[in-house]
Amino acid sequence: MAAGQNCLVTNDWICGEYLRSRSQELTDATVQHIWITAVSVVIGLLVAFPLALLARRSRRFAGPVLGLTTILYTVPSLAMFSLLLPLFGLSAALVVTGLVLYSLTILVRNILAGLEAVPQEAKEAAKGMGYGPVRLLWEVELPLAMPALMAGVRIATVSTIALTTVGSIIGRGGLGNLIGDALPSFFKAQVLTASVLCVLLAVVADLLLLGVQRLLTPWTRIRAVRTDADTVAKAV
Amino acid sequence: MGVLGEAWTWLTTGANWSGESGAAHRLGEHLYVSGVSLALACAIALPVALYLGHIGKGGALAVNLSNVGRAVPVFAVLALFMVSPLRNAGYVPTVIALVLFAVPPLLTNAYVGMTEVDRSVTEAARGMGMSGGQLFVRVELPLAYPMIMTGLRSAAVQVVATATIAAMVGQGGLGRIITAGFNTYNTPQVVAGAVLVAVLALLVEAVLVGLDRLLSPLRRRRTA
Repeated sequence: MAAGQNCLVTNDWICGEYLRSRSQELTDATVQHIWITAVSVVIGLLVAFPLALLARRSRRFAGPVLGLTTILYTVPSLAMFSLLLPLFGLSAALVVTGLVLYSLTILVRNILAGLEAVPQEAKEAAKGMGYGPVRLLWEVELPLAMPALMAGVRIATVSTIALTTVGSIIGRGGLGNLIGDALPSFFKAQVLTASVLCVLLAVVADLLLLGVQRLLTPWTRIRAVRTDADTVAKAV
Repeated sequence: MGVLGEAWTWLTTGANWSGESGAAHRLGEHLYVSGVSLALACAIALPVALYLGHIGKGGALAVNLSNVGRAVPVFAVLALFMVSPLRNAGYVPTVIALVLFAVPPLLTNAYVGMTEVDRSVTEAARGMGMSGGQLFVRVELPLAYPMIMTGLRSAAVQVVATATIAAMVGQGGLGRIITAGFNTYNTPQVVAGAVLVAVLALLVEAVLVGLDRLLSPLRRRRTA
């Protein structure tokens, strides 16, 4: 116990006593971090999907949609959160809105790329079978665009987890709050622990989404297994 | 309109631009730190990426580096530097962080640009008797140029953004106008600082797009 107390006093980088005594604080910050990220990516997806459909429909929309999302991405995060301040005040909605705007760039581009890569024959075949435009989208185009869409979701999620920390400027930054609070007293253990948790969170989220992607697109694995079997057969 | 009007007033008030914490000095710091970091990052990343691309090795490194760069929060890295002894080294911690975050986009894009050069083109060049060096300077580099410039633009945007976040850990730069505004509950100043940062970022992007067109090695041939 004495040794444990010591590491808080001597301000060590790694401190077991810190993890024990502040576990509640760390859990709360992590939970806030996760829900800010999750809400942002989900809203981003809900906004990006119609935008991508609009951009695909005509060149007239494609230019402004892609141009505007690219310009938004250029604005530094601290400036983005500050520009939204008069609209939202000091609220989590401000951070979520900023993060949604950033995620749009990646999500719109990936959804659009995915939809445009759907083979023409697949669409023709579905139309020939009497599929209407809505059923064509949901049952043919969306599943085939899923790998590109999920790749976009993974990139957006990982960068959103990193960007959420900047929300600590208004006290709504999840683990970023702990980093910001620790700075004035040079509290090494807290800065390091929160930073490591942040990176861990990004890695875990990326792996989870990879799992979701595999569940949603089982046919890509079947194809991979079959080509393996083919090469084995040829070797024999 | 209220806050925006007041922000405009803040921006057009001469007193806010002068002095140690004035906008002019902060802009100077921002440009100095960004410029030094971008130059350093180019000096580190481009030779490595171009060499690896030329010999066609190290793809996994180039791709993974840029994924890792995305997952690590800039704010966390700056904060780690500021609680270490580096905090007394002036601009050094900011510059190191900026270089760390500018290297991945530079490296990945330059490498991908080099490896995406058509094999039949490089083989034709070799067939014409070009040496490795000639192939690199006269074939691979001009063809990889668009991707190298894309990387440079991403890196520049990243550098300007990171230099802003440096203010959150007490380092200089335009972000300080924003954080100072937050500390004194001066919303017009916060918005004015944010506008300055956003305009600077967009200007840097626009200048690099212009530079890209001007320097493109295939430009003359395309118009001819």
